Amino acid sequence: MSFMFWILAALTIAGGLAAVLLKNLVHCALAVTVAFAGLALLFLQLDAQFAGFAQILVYIGAVAILVVFAILLTRGSETPKKEIGVFSRTWLAGLVVAAALFAVLSWAVLQSAGGLSQDDAAPTVSVLQIGQALMGRYVLPLEIVALLLTAATIGAVIVAMHEKEDSK
Amino acid sequence: MQEKADQIFILLRDWLVGFLPASWQTAAGVLLGVVAIIAVFPGLFALTTVLERKGIARIQNRLGPNRVGPFGILQPIADAIKSLTKEDVVPLTADHAVHFLAPVVLVIVVFMGFAVLPVGRNMQLVDMDSSLLFYFAMGASGEVSIFMAGWSSRNKYSLLGAMRAVAQMISYEVPLLLSSVVIVMITGSLSLVKIVEAQNQYTWGLPHWYIFTPWGCAAFLMYAISATAETNRSPFDLPEGESELVAGYFTEYSGFKFALFFLAEYLAMFSISGLGTTLFLGGWSAPFAFLGWVPSWIWFFSKVMMSIVVMIWVRGTLPRLRQDQLMNFAWKFVLPMTLLNLMVAALWRFMGEGWLRWVVCSAILIVAYVIAGRIGMRREHLGPRTYRYAE
Repeated sequence: MSFMFWILAALTIAGGLAAVLLKNLVHCALAVTVAFAGLALLFLQLDAQFAGFAQILVYIGAVAILVVFAILLTRGSETPKKEIGVFSRTWLAGLVVAAALFAVLSWAVLQSAGGLSQDDAAPTVSVLQIGQALMGRYVLPLEIVALLLTAATIGAVIVAMHEKEDSK
Repeated sequence: MQEKADQIFILLRDWLVGFLPASWQTAAGVLLGVVAIIAVFPGLFALTTVLERKGIARIQNRLGPNRVGPFGILQPIADAIKSLTKEDVVPLTADHAVHFLAPVVLVIVVFMGFAVLPVGRNMQLVDMDSSLLFYFAMGASGEVSIFMAGWSSRNKYSLLGAMRAVAQMISYEVPLLLSSVVIVMITGSLSLVKIVEAQNQYTWGLPHWYIFTPWGCAAFLMYAISATAETNRSPFDLPEGESELVAGYFTEYSGFKFALFFLAEYLAMFSISGLGTTLFLGGWSAPFAFLGWVPSWIWFFSKVMMSIVVMIWVRGTLPRLRQDQLMNFAWKFVLPMTLLNLMVAALWRFMGEGWLRWVVCSAILIVAYVIAGRIGMRREHLGPRTYRYAE
C-alpha cells in the first residue's frame, strides 16, 4: 500500500469515473484508455512486467482502438440531451447490481488475503515461467481460448457479410 | 584504450554522477541518460531532414534546399524558427483538449521507445527482461494519439486520414510482431541486450547476425516492409499523401504542433530502425572480428543511418500503394509468410548444425515466396506490355 499505489489507484478510478460521467462519447473512450493505462501501471508496480506490457499492447493498442472505431463507424459523439443527461433512468437497479457485485468480489478477495502471509517476498515471475505454464499445465485453456477467438473472428466476418447482402 | 573509447559515455556519466551524494546517484544517472537521448535523437532528426530533402531532390533530378548555409546544411535551423514563430491556428469547432493532447501523447510514446534500445555495449537506458515487449507496447500506444489527432480536428479529411493510418498501422503491426517473435524464439529471451549479445559472436571472422540466416533474412525483409508501413513512410504513406488528403490527420495542425508530429514521425523511424538493427543486424557488434576496436556506439549509429538512407531511397523510388492494395498485401501475403517463417525457424533449430539446414530452410522459404507471389499475381492478368501513343 505504498504512496505510488495510491496515485495509480486514483488515476485508474478517475479514468473509470470519467468514462461514465463525460458527455462526449469519444472523451469517454479516451478516459477508459487512461483507466487501462492505470491498470497497466498497477501491474508494473507489482513487478509483473509481462502482464503490464501485455496490458498496454493489447488493451491500449487494440481494444481502445476497436472502441473508438466502433464509435466512429456507428453513431458519432452526439452529446446527450439536457433532460436525459448521462445517467440512465433505471439507475437504482444498476446501483443495486453494482453494489452486490462489489460485495461478492470484496468478500472473495478478503477471504483469500488471509491465506497469503505478508512476510514472503513477491515471487518474480519471468516470461520463461509464463511460457512454460501456458504450454505445460494450462495448454488446454490456451487451446480453448484460441478456438473461441477463431469463432469470434469468423462470426464477425459472417455478420458483416450478411449485412452487405441485406442492403443489396 | 579501445575499452575506454567504447565506454566513454558510461565513464563520463559515472564521473559526473560521482559529484552527487550516494542516494541521488542512480536517479541522476538515469536523468543524464534521458537528457542524452533527448539531445542526440532530435539532433539526428535535424540532420535527417536535410539528408532526406537533398536525397529525394537528387533522385528526382533537382537540387533541394541550397540557400541556408553551404549546401543547405543549416536548413533545419530555418525550419525550426519557422515552426516556432508560426501562428497556432486551431479550428473553432475543434475539440481543444484532445487537439492539444494528441501531439504531446505521440511524442511521449515515441521517446519512450528509445529507452530500451542498446545503443552500445552497456549503453541502454533501462535493462528489462521483457524490453522487446515494452517497445511494442509503446508502438501500439502511438496509434491512439493518431486517432485523437484526426478526430479532434473535426475535419473530414483528417478523419479519413486518421482512419486509414490506424487501419494500416494495426494491419502491419501483426507481421511486425511475428517477424520479431522469430528472433525471440531462437534467442530464448525477450531482452534486447541478450539478443545483441547472442549476435556478437564470430565464426571464421564472420558475425552471427541473424540477417545472415535464411529465416533471419526473410524476417528482416518482412520487418522492413512492416516498419515502413508502421511509420507511414512511402510507399505506404497514403494517410499523409499530399496529393490525396491534403495532409491527412495533421491537416489542422500548424506551427509547433505540426513540428511535433513531424518530429514524432522521424523519431519513430529512428526508433524502429534502431530496433531492426538490434534484432537483425547485430546491434552494436562489428561486422568482422578484426574491426572490434571501433567503439560499439559508432557501429549502432552507422547501421541506423544506413537504414534511414535506404528508407529515404525507397521513398524517392517507389510509387505509393493504394489503401486496398496495402491491406491486401499485409493480410494476404506478409502475414502468411511470417507464419511460415516461424515454422522454418523452428525447423532450423531442431535440425541441428550443418549445411543441410541452410539448404532446406532456404529452399522452403524461396519456394513458398515464389508460389505465394504467383498465386497473388494471378488475378492481375499481367501480360506483355502494350503501349498506346497519342496520334
